[in-house]
Formats: sequence, C-alpha cells, structure tokens
Amino acid sequence: MSDEVNAVSVKGIYKNYGDVEALRDMSLDFPKGQLTSLLGPSGCGKTTLLKIIAGLLVPNQGEVRVNGQIVTEPGPDRAFVFQDFALMPWASVLRNVAFGLELRKVAKSEREDIARKYIKEVGLDGFENSYPHELSGGMRQRVGLARALSVDSPVLLMDEPFSAVDEQTRRKFQEDLLQLVKEESKTFIFVTHSIEEAVYVSDQVAILLPRPSRVSEIIKPSSFKNKDVDSIRKDSEYLDTVEKIWKSLRSYVE
Amino acid sequence: MRIFGIKLPNMTSLILWGLLWEILGRMEVSFFLPPLSSIFTTLADIYDSKAFIRALSETAVAFFGGLFYALVIGIPVGIFMGKNRFIDELLLPWVNMFMSAPLTALVPVLMVLFGFGLKSIIIVTTLFAIWIIILNTRAGVKQINRSLVDMANSFGAKPIDAFVKIYFWAALPEIIGGIRIGFIRAVKGVIIGQLLISIVGFGSLFELYSSRFLMSHFWAIILVLFALAFTISELLAMLAKRFDYYASKRG
Amino acid sequence: MISRSLTLKLLSALVIFGAWEISSRAGINYAFPTFFESMLALWNLTISGQIFVAYAETLKPLVVGVLISTFIGVGIGVWVGLSEKFDWLVSPIFIIMQSAPLAALIPLVIMAYGIGITSKTFVVCIMAMPVIVLNTSGAVKNTPTSMIEMARSFLSTEREVIFKIIIPSASPVIFAGLRLGVSAGFIGAILAELKITPTGVGDIISYSRMTADYPSMYAAIFSIIVLAVLFLNVLERIEKYLFAGNDQGYVS
Repeated sequence: MSDEVNAVSVKGIYKNYGDVEALRDMSLDFPKGQLTSLLGPSGCGKTTLLKIIAGLLVPNQGEVRVNGQIVTEPGPDRAFVFQDFALMPWASVLRNVAFGLELRKVAKSEREDIARKYIKEVGLDGFENSYPHELSGGMRQRVGLARALSVDSPVLLMDEPFSAVDEQTRRKFQEDLLQLVKEESKTFIFVTHSIEEAVYVSDQVAILLPRPSRVSEIIKPSSFKNKDVDSIRKDSEYLDTVEKIWKSLRSYVE
Repeated sequence: MRIFGIKLPNMTSLILWGLLWEILGRMEVSFFLPPLSSIFTTLADIYDSKAFIRALSETAVAFFGGLFYALVIGIPVGIFMGKNRFIDELLLPWVNMFMSAPLTALVPVLMVLFGFGLKSIIIVTTLFAIWIIILNTRAGVKQINRSLVDMANSFGAKPIDAFVKIYFWAALPEIIGGIRIGFIRAVKGVIIGQLLISIVGFGSLFELYSSRFLMSHFWAIILVLFALAFTISELLAMLAKRFDYYASKRG
Repeated sequence: MISRSLTLKLLSALVIFGAWEISSRAGINYAFPTFFESMLALWNLTISGQIFVAYAETLKPLVVGVLISTFIGVGIGVWVGLSEKFDWLVSPIFIIMQSAPLAALIPLVIMAYGIGITSKTFVVCIMAMPVIVLNTSGAVKNTPTSMIEMARSFLSTEREVIFKIIIPSASPVIFAGLRLGVSAGFIGAILAELKITPTGVGDIISYSRMTADYPSMYAAIFSIIVLAVLFLNVLERIEKYLFAGNDQGYVS
C-alpha cells in the first residue's frame, strides 16, 4: 500500500530482550484516519510494537515510517496514552493535560486554553483544579486522553487504555472512542487483549500471535460499523467475528 | 556499573577508596589519617592483647545482653499490641515517642541511677533496640491475613498449633526485619553508652587511644567495630531474604 | 466529648507520670526525684530564661548541621540516583555509614577539630547525611518508569525529565529522609554536647549532675525529649499535608 494511504507502516521489525525474541520480522500497515487494533494474548509483543512505533523502544532491526518519513524517536507526530495513566500526582488536571504543550514551550495562557478545551471534550469540565488522587480511575484515564489530544498529533497510540478501569466505565469508554474516531481525522493504533473491545472499536483488527510474534490475520469488521453504539453489541456479524477470533486464539491461551 | 563489559559487583568501589586511603596516608596528608596498611598491622598487633580482648568481650556482653532483653521483652509486647486493641491504643503513642526521641539524652539519667558500669550500658542497649522490635513485631502480627486465621480455625487447629505452624511464620518476615534494625540500633546504643560512660569496653579504649593520639590504634578498633556491625547486619539481611519471598508488601 | 484515643493517651500519661511520682517517693534511689520536683525545676528554668539561652546554644550546631546535610545530602543523593557510575563509587560508603555506630567517630572529630562549634556541627552532619543520601537516591531510582516514558513521549529533554518528573516524584521520600536526618541530627547534637563541650542544654545536664541538683537534670532531659518528639511530629504532619495522595496518581 502506498504511503499516502498509510499514516504509519512498520517493516521487518526485530526486537530481542536478551535471549527472548519479542518481535520477529514484523511488518504491518496502519491506514490513515482509521483505528487499527493490535489484538493478541499476553506475550505476543503488541505493547512492544506500539512502543517501538512511539519511539520509546529501539528495535534491533527494521524501520518505522510515519507519513512516509522514517522515525527513530518520539516526535510531535505521535501521542501516547498509557495503560497506567502516567499522570503526575503532584499536578492538577489542568497542568497534566497541558503537560505535552508545556514541554513544547507553548506559552502558559495559550496551553491552558487548549487544555481546557480538551478537558471539556472528554467530559471533565469543572475538574481542572482537581488532583489525580481525587479522581476515579476512569476520570484519570480521561485526563490521559485529553493530554494526548491536546498536542494535536495526527497519530494516537493507545496501550490497553481501558484495562485499568472497571467494566462499566470500560464499555462507556469504548462507545466514546467510536465517537472520537468519527469526529477526529486522526489515525489510531490501539493495543488490547479483549476480543470484544477490538472488534467493537476497530476499522481493522490485526491479530498477533506469540513466540515468535507474528501477524496471523487482519480482519476488517464492516457491516455493523454504521449502526448506533448500542446495537453493535447485538449485531450478529459482530458476535460471529468475536467468536471466530476466540476460536483461533484459544489454543494460545492454554 | 560496567567496565570493559564486565559487571562490577556492588561494594567493589571500596577497594578504590582503600587504595586512596593508603596513598593519602603515605603522603602524610594528615596526622589523623595513617595509611590503611599500618592500621592493619596495628590491628594484627593488638587483636590478641589483653586490653583489646577485654574490651571486645565487655562490649559483646553488653551488646548481647541488651539485645537479649530487647527481644525477650519487645517481642511479647509487640505481639500483645498486635492482638489487643486496648493495649495497643495505650502503649502505641509511647512506643512511637521513644522511637523518635533522642535516647542519648537518657544516658545521663541511667548513669546517675545505675552507676557507671556494665549494667547501665546493657540498659542503654536495650532501650535503643526495643522500640523498633516492638513496632515491627506488632506490624507482623497485625498483617497476618484474616484468611489464614479463618483457614486455621476451619481445619480445627489448636491454639498452640495455630501459633507455631501458622502465625509465627506469617509474622516472621516483619519480625526479622525488626530484629535487623534493632541490631543496628543496639550497636549504636552500646557504643554511645560506652562513649558517654567510658569506663568499660571500647569506650575505655577510645579514651586511652585518643588521649595518647595513637591514631593507628584508634582506627584499628573503628574498623573492627564497623566491619562487625556491617557484616552481622548483612547476615541478618540475608536471613530476612530467605523469608522474604512470602512477605506481603506493606502500605 | 473527648475522643477515645485522646482519653487513652491522657490516661496512659497519667499512669506513667503517676508511677514516676510514686516510685521516686518510695525512695528507691536518692538520685530519683519525683515527677513534681522535676516539673518544678523545669518551671524555674523556664521563668529564669535559662532554658531558652541554653537551647539557643544547643540548636546552633543542630540547625547548621541539618541544613548543610540537607543541601549536600540531597544533591549527592540525586546524583547517585541518576548516575550508575557515581552510585557504584559512592553508595557503599553511605551504606556502611548507615549500619555503623557513627558515634564512635566522635573522639576522632574531637582530636581533629578540637572542641567547639565546628566539631559539633561536623558530628551532626555525619549522623544526618547517610540516611538523607540513601533515601534520596532510592527515591530517584524508583521513579515510576511509565512517568518517565510519558515525559519522553511528549518530547521532554533529559533535564526536563529530572526537574519536572524525577524530583517531584521523589519528593515525599526525600522529605521523609530529611525527617529521619533531623532525628539523627538531634542525637548527634546531644552527643556533641555531652561529649565535646557542654554549652547549652548539655551544660545544664552536666552541671546539675555535678551539683546533685537532680530535679534540674531530669527537667532538662525531659525538655529535650519532649521538644524533639514534638518537632518531629510537626514535621510528620507537614509531610502528610504536603504530599497527600502523592502515590496515587498512576494506576487506580
């Protein structure tokens, strides 16, 4: 696929940790403006791949291209949302959200305005001056999301962002994410180990298998994409897709 | 830290510092810093002298005596405090207070009440060590998982069995941790006691050597003391590690 | 309605002080004044102003020593936490200092620096620095990796990571280390007083002991303990207030 269609593409990525081979000859394309999931059981290297794309880890071999350019470190073109939120507990919500802009030397009043806008957008209006320990898990992750949105990167990398919150909050997040993908013209790369979640939110799902890590197939769930958020979970193609994926992954869990 | 790719183990920089000490000593940079080698030779000279052996044994008696009382009184008190809320509420403020209080200030009182001898030093040592032993024992008892207690009861364990087979081991990691810190504090206690009371043990040797400016002698006993304190402390740490694998993380 | 814990505290205080009073009246030891005699002596020392002059003298080496230990200790600690080489070089010294009876070095300090405020300040520093350095370096080393990654992912420089992430994250433990350092410094200050030259409060203790004015001696010691405990408690409260919830910003 050509580079104009892909926001991100990785080719021939190898990553070893000592003797353990986390990724071997991994190649994958991520189309622009869409949400691609990396789905697989633990140990299949999906978080490793995501961090390599983010520039937080260096691969032993291979290249990562963002919008056609090779990247080797973090850059303004990619923003990361962390599984454990990674909020600064000593800073207010406002400062946390504005942190990315603070590091880019944006003037204080300007970055606070931008931050406020995104705080509102994720539904935390009124909590600007609260501190992380005063918020619930779900709220903290919204802060992390607002922070990633504030820097306005074309690519958003999300590392199991909803795994540390309770089930109900998680479902709400998934619905909100669908909405977000529709509204923002960004490219999302989303790591998860939940099959339902992957099929629900993604435009395409890349199934990764472990030891050695490889892409086993790419699924593009489609027909239920335009249904409203509540109906999707009952749609028969959705349920079939989930079942199909579970069957093929099952042997790797045992 | 790696040099030429080989990983250097933890305390090896001490070799470097030892070398530096030797060099500075030989350069006679300061009267108070004799070369490390001469300190070792002095140590070899005096370690079997009567004065040294007597100092060592007096110190050891005071130290082990003090530690003994600290354990024999401290552990039961800690257990009671861990199990009984009333006693806990009554005693905890005091234990905490004495933990943070500068116990050194009490030494003059002890000198006045119990005289200048071994008795006072044993009491000082006990006082230094006992509070942390109480606190850690109490914590060890308190954190015994309720499920373990229920499990013991559900299998009909007799109280003595439950204590010996379950509770003791469950609380042990914390208690050993307390003993280790108690040990270090006991060492400080026995030394501070001897420094201020100065007629027995190493205290008297310190007086002797410093009044005659016998630097090598002085450093020799310092090294012995520090080495002993550090070695036994590390041994206790290794002991604690053997029980650590099942110790629950606190806080 | 007084709370239960406060009642118990007062009750136990009454018991202890009562026991003091009774056992000293039982005449166990002529050098054991009663609680009331000691409190009276304390009162006299207070209104004569003696005790304030004494503390001013005693606190000088303590305050100076703690300040020096704090600045140098935190500096060294941060450096050790950040640099593997410096850690290898310097940590063993402080690790040994932590378990060693540092008081043994006091005669050496006296020999080298004489009797005076320099010696006393030096003693306070020796006692306070190891725990400050080790707490600081430990906190720096234990900065949560994901926060450092977060900062890097948003393009921070090395310097920004140190000052905006590592140091704020390590602050609670550094402060706790300072508190322990002050506690050790107290011991150093008193040892210095009793062993080097009594000026200040140590003078009251020594002199009253020599003149067999035991109530005053007990009064002085009582005041030291009360003051030290109160001060450290205040520090603990400040610590709790400043750093409430500081360990809960990441993961639920």
